[in-house]
Amino acid sequence: MTNATETFELIVPKEKKFSKMINWKTYFFYFFIYLMATVTILVLIAIIGYILINGVLHIDWEFLTSEPSKMGKEGGIYSIIIGTLYLTLVSVVIAAPIGILAAVYFTEYAKESRWIKMIRFGTEILAGIPSIIFGLFGFTFFVIFLGFRWSILSGGLTLAMMILPTLIRATEESLKTVPRSYREGSLSLGATKWQTIIKVVLPSCLSGILTGLILGIGRAVGETAAVMLTAGSSLGVPHALTDPARTMSVHLYILASEGLSREKTFATASLLIILVLIINMIANMVTQRYIKKAKA
Amino acid sequence: MDTKIKIRNLNLYYGNFQALSDVEMDIYDNKITALIGPSGCGKSTFLRTLNRMNDLIGSVKIDGNVLLDNQNIYEKDYDVIRLRRKIGMVFQKPNPFPKSIYENIVYGPRIHGTKEKQKLDEIVETTLKEVALWDEVKDRLKKPAMGLSGGQQQRLCIARCLAVHPEIILMDEPTSALDPVATLRIESLLEELVKKYTIVIVTHNMQQAGRVSDYTSFFLNGKVLESDETDIIFSNPNNKKTEDYITGRFG
Ligand SMILES: Nc1ncnc2c1ncn2[C@@H]1O[C@H](COP(=O)(O)OP(=O)(O)O)[C@@H](O)[C@H]1O
Ligand SMILES: [Mg+2]
Repeated sequence: MTNATETFELIVPKEKKFSKMINWKTYFFYFFIYLMATVTILVLIAIIGYILINGVLHIDWEFLTSEPSKMGKEGGIYSIIIGTLYLTLVSVVIAAPIGILAAVYFTEYAKESRWIKMIRFGTEILAGIPSIIFGLFGFTFFVIFLGFRWSILSGGLTLAMMILPTLIRATEESLKTVPRSYREGSLSLGATKWQTIIKVVLPSCLSGILTGLILGIGRAVGETAAVMLTAGSSLGVPHALTDPARTMSVHLYILASEGLSREKTFATASLLIILVLIINMIANMVTQRYIKKAKA
Repeated sequence: MDTKIKIRNLNLYYGNFQALSDVEMDIYDNKITALIGPSGCGKSTFLRTLNRMNDLIGSVKIDGNVLLDNQNIYEKDYDVIRLRRKIGMVFQKPNPFPKSIYENIVYGPRIHGTKEKQKLDEIVETTLKEVALWDEVKDRLKKPAMGLSGGQQQRLCIARCLAVHPEIILMDEPTSALDPVATLRIESLLEELVKKYTIVIVTHNMQQAGRVSDYTSFFLNGKVLESDETDIIFSNPNNKKTEDYITGRFG
């Protein structure tokens, strides 16, 4: 959402002197941009508003802290919140080190060989693959072949594969923006390349990496099909990596498709939206703080 | 007068382009050597051969000898890390890390194994005093270095480089991004530093070379046309082209 406003400021210059050269084309252009922006925001407000109006009143302490009963028709979604957090955490913990190291390798070490081009192409393809394909792969490979069953582990591994391309991309992009002068400064002090990367380069692209992670978390939290196929849809509280779990998106899907309870469906949906908003806000705060610290 | 670095027969190629041809030079201990010449003549390239910063560029080929304390730094198995500890570098644009003032200074020492807080504090204080920055920043050591003025940033970068105890400091147009006042402060700092360190400075500014340096080498098209004591270069150069350049007829 910050991106939208930033782009907006790029397109519409703030300087006054520009207004002298404005002709009707520019007016039309501005009008069009404002119109589109307004439409976008209205759609967003409409969707979020509709869900929240129908759901938010049904969220109470009871709903958050009790386990579902009668297939979710009654009770709360405690075990589902736990399942969501657990699965997301596991997928991020798996994806983050791999993704960051891969990005570091691609941008800092790999020579532009055909092999590297192929891997790069591969990650891009990976980003465009429909999630159900990941689900199918995770199901046949992790769940069946490796015998991990329906579990947080299978789900986490599958989601990690889905997150990886985004994370690699975001990290690579931010690695490329690190000025050469930082690297030279570090190397000229007798630092090794690796020390330079760890102590100067990576810290200065923390916000980019974080953005990649948040996008990944967003994808993990929102995913339904791949998760159902790999982590299952068990209603119990997961206690171990080998336990199955149900995430909020999966729960929402089941509640809605089986028409179990309109009230619980919207409450769950509201909570999901709130969760995503909170994640975004935290990400924004961290990034802003980081940028301020670097610039001040 | 001791020679700290002897450069003999140095040729450098970027791919097929020869950027340095048969460069010969002596860098003397505890003296300031200025490198002058028009833009693109190879001054930065030459400077970067002295601490092997050109190693970072894939297409570079180098042959010839650069003898530091009589050992060729381009010898196989030469320890580049040790070389760069011995030869510090200050860049054209101040390039403090996006960290605090304190963290900038202790970066080098930490990397080379100093861990005790007391020792690091000491290094910060002495090096900042050496570059006459201590009084200006002693109350905000934990604040971001990016908050300093350009001149202060450049002095911080010099301090950062002093913190690893180099013997030689390479400076690539260290004042070209600074205002005249900040420039003069750096120049007077050089006079102090040269008592302890050997300094090689690239400069675009003739007056600066004249003011601060003991020796001057004039570069043109990748060749050293003339090297001598600064006074001689400026008053009585051997080469017609040197004279033309110094008197501002080209460049
Ligand atoms: N990384 C590089 N790759 C190819 N050519 C380069 C590179 N760096 C510098 N050069 C070329 O080498 C010559 C000398 O450059 P440089 O040493 O930066 O000159 P100076 O510092 O005297 O202005 C120039 O012609 C420049 O274009
Ligand atoms: Mg230069």
